[in-house]
Amino acid sequence: MHPITTVHYLALSAALLLIGTVGVLTRRNVVIILMSIELILNAVNINLIAFSHALQNVNGQIFAIFVITDAVAEAAVGLGILIALFRNKETVQADEIDLLKW
Amino acid sequence: MLTDTILFYIFALLVLGGAVLTITRHSAMHAAISLIVSLLGVAGLYLLQQAEFLFAVQIVLYVGGIMLLFLFVIMLVNLDQAAKERQFNKQWLVALVAVAAVGAQVAYFIHAGLDSFHFAAPLAAGMAAGTPAGLGNTEQIADTLFGEYLLPFEIASVLLLVAVVGSVAMAKKRI
Repeated sequence: MHPITTVHYLALSAALLLIGTVGVLTRRNVVIILMSIELILNAVNINLIAFSHALQNVNGQIFAIFVITDAVAEAAVGLGILIALFRNKETVQADEIDLLKW
Repeated sequence: MLTDTILFYIFALLVLGGAVLTITRHSAMHAAISLIVSLLGVAGLYLLQQAEFLFAVQIVLYVGGIMLLFLFVIMLVNLDQAAKERQFNKQWLVALVAVAAVGAQVAYFIHAGLDSFHFAAPLAAGMAAGTPAGLGNTEQIADTLFGEYLLPFEIASVLLLVAVVGSVAMAKKRI
């Protein structure tokens, strides 16, 4: 069996990124769209950690911490917006929120 | 080395299986639980790569914090109706084609860059050869975060403050 290299982690990260993108682009439920964004951010983190380990440089892990900070801020604001949206429009389906659509 | 390989595939299965379930389940609650499985798999991958501090952060912050936030919102917002309706929007075919194109690009570039990953050979030694022996992962992160990255760290705290104020302002009925 081959030892696990950085390429394995890159491939896994790419797969996770694509799954997350499919979720963002195809789902109607806003809550699940936000969860897909978390998947994408985790794919980025896997990449950062893989390179941090391969280059034996701790800077990649620092960047991962900042990405996690951003993910927390994004989730908090996104879910706040979602609650405000649900109060005003009584729906969580992304394609029913089409006020700005031509 | 063999244990590492087996563990990698187990965690990869958790990550990808959880991710696929997250984007396909009808019920948001099921999706959230699948996402927890996926995030735990990512945490395991961190541990495999000697990022122990991020392993703890991943579990405490993601599984403990963000997912709790999601579960609260799922309970606050009535999603029963949404679970019965159509789950995928009308552009799903276009979306899949676009994602396939991006996936082909990523696969091509990883394949093209395969030769440049020579450094990727797993190192037996611990973290950086240049750092003093006995310095753990957490100490190294602390040294770098509070030294080189002190200003970004402080700015991140401002970002979090803005996010807290913003989410309260959004979710409040009357300000």
